[in-house]
Amino acid sequence: MSILIDKNTRVMTQGITGKTGMFHTQTSRAYANGKACFVAGVNPKKAGESFEGIPIFGTVKDAKAQTGANVSVIYVPPPFAAAAIDEAVDADLDLVICITEGIPVRDMIRTKHRMKGKHTLLVGPNCPGVITPDEIKIGIMPGHIHKRGPIGVVSRSGTLTYEAVGQLTELGLGQSSCVGIGGDPVNGLKHIDVMKMFNDDPQTEAVIMVGEIGGSDEEIAAQWVKNHMKKPVVGFIAGITAPPGKRMGHAGAIISGGKGTAQEKLAVMEACGIKVTRNPAEMGKTLKSVLR
Amino acid sequence: MKIHEYQGKEIFRQFGMATPRGFPAFSVDEAVAAAKKLGGKVWVVKAQIHAGGRGKGGGVKVAKSLDEVKKFSSQILGMQLKTHQTGPEGQKVRRLLVEEGADIKKELYVGMVVDRGTQKVALMASSEGGMDIEEVAAKTPQKIHKVFIDPVQGLSDADADEIALAIGIPQGSVAQGRAIFKALYKCFDETDASLAEINPLILSGDGRVIALDSKLNFDDNALFRHPDIAALRDLDEEDPFEVEASKYELNYISLDGNIACMVNGAGLAMATMDTIKLFGGSPANFLDVGGSATAERVTAAFKIMLSNKRTKAILVNIFGGIMKCDTIATGVVAAAREVKLSVPLVVRMKGTNEDLGKKILKDSGLPIISADNMADAAKKVVAAIAKKKAKPAQKKVVVKKRKSVSKKKAKKGKKK
Repeated sequence: MSILIDKNTRVMTQGITGKTGMFHTQTSRAYANGKACFVAGVNPKKAGESFEGIPIFGTVKDAKAQTGANVSVIYVPPPFAAAAIDEAVDADLDLVICITEGIPVRDMIRTKHRMKGKHTLLVGPNCPGVITPDEIKIGIMPGHIHKRGPIGVVSRSGTLTYEAVGQLTELGLGQSSCVGIGGDPVNGLKHIDVMKMFNDDPQTEAVIMVGEIGGSDEEIAAQWVKNHMKKPVVGFIAGITAPPGKRMGHAGAIISGGKGTAQEKLAVMEACGIKVTRNPAEMGKTLKSVLR
Repeated sequence: MKIHEYQGKEIFRQFGMATPRGFPAFSVDEAVAAAKKLGGKVWVVKAQIHAGGRGKGGGVKVAKSLDEVKKFSSQILGMQLKTHQTGPEGQKVRRLLVEEGADIKKELYVGMVVDRGTQKVALMASSEGGMDIEEVAAKTPQKIHKVFIDPVQGLSDADADEIALAIGIPQGSVAQGRAIFKALYKCFDETDASLAEINPLILSGDGRVIALDSKLNFDDNALFRHPDIAALRDLDEEDPFEVEASKYELNYISLDGNIACMVNGAGLAMATMDTIKLFGGSPANFLDVGGSATAERVTAAFKIMLSNKRTKAILVNIFGGIMKCDTIATGVVAAAREVKLSVPLVVRMKGTNEDLGKKILKDSGLPIISADNMADAAKKVVAAIAKKKAKPAQKKVVVKKRKSVSKKKAKKGKKK
């Protein structure tokens, strides 16, 4: 078992003909069952063409009808990416993973509003994607650092997720699924949503939650963990040294109005029974220490 | 992106919001001319910098004669204005706003931000205007009134009226409050703002509701559709290192420590800074080279890090994913050669083509200190600075001793 995606997932790439979309479709396809999983591409101007044997359709709806793809991954440039999410939601896909970085917040507010009451889940934007090791990789993460196993990983950051995964794999701890929820303030699944899925997933035995400054998503997830989580959770928050009012790369990583500091988040997480580390080189070790 | 108050007020006026009449001035003569053009007997001379708290720092003065306008303008223009938002070195004032005086009966507050929890724009308002709103929120949260705005419907009349009454706008002026709140939302939405603030929003003696101040920040990711707003960018107000970095699409933020760091990815960059601090060091900057760094960008990053005079050592932390470690290693070696690296360099590399990358660093013959993990890298970079500090100090002592010895000898010689 795993969460969100497995070897039976069928994926379409929106923005398959762009440089990024092409490259990452190739690497995702080369990973585990990728060849069987990546079945369609979407580009309104290139319907009827194909990319390395993957048929390209003019719309998400067509791609879904023709290939049965139930998940989409988006590499469309930022000015058009929110509309690409809208199209996937309107086509009633199960899951949309939006990799695109730099989507205007105003566009995402409208897209999220449109998604209310709809069945489609969104991961991202501005995220590395989702991977279920040895089954399927949807996104830009390096597949080879992962290993199949019992640890769930959820994170707002890309390379910091790889860091956590790398440490786990080195300690012989494989991962059930790794979910990068993205660094934007208005996004799809939050830590709490992914935490609930890991709690329900029989393969997952423990979870590592990697957060960063800004907002209160980590605190909300921590409260939920305290009341409902059946499995041990460890955490790290990046940005203890970040000064207030400065946006640290990610649109969502900003301490404003004295809220969203790393210290505050770590304190809440600890109070909720999550074992935290302040040393990012010890995320894997910390997780190993809580395994039953 | 931030803009000046006078630019924000011009945008407010385009959306039909009431503001005092005023003109920007770049010199004392222009300030006096602006006051003459405005007429009246009272003027306000306001420093234009991208930071709040200007009044407390002496950057806002009320002038009751043209002579006073002249006096205050020459005092404020060119001053290093220090506020709680500028840092201890302050910000040089290069522009002024000269406005007509206002008859203030009551000072209110209104602001707008994107609320992450509800994923909507939040309007916040308070009867306690003219003060530090964060303090109001901390001490008397019941005095902050909020409404979350539906992105399709916009701000409703009913919500706007309720907020107006809640913050003490009298019944007779509620329609004006409603108009200004609705216009502010329209402005926020249509300009892709990330923050809008009017502090204070005032109720005048004759019952008008006027924006006495303006603070507007914009979503950098949306500037592509607002060339008119992008043109308002004032590079004088920005950190020169950050401006230089933005030319190379490097995500750079100046900090006040002495260990420069270059990392791929924002989260990992923050974590690297944290690790440096954890082991007793202090980061000089946040720098995310991004996922597709080329040798050219790595070189640019090195130049920026080294042009910061505080930099005493550099820490490179790369988790190679799509970006391969050998590519980064080649870039680092080329950059170190080109800039004639003068400070200790610690490199930690992990991930794709890690061994190849490490070999390139080793074979370069450069004195690069290699580290196994983030903690190891942080320890080594802190140690490298301590070592460097210790060495020249010892030398100095030795030199002094010799000198003093020879002087004594010389004196002795003379006495003899």
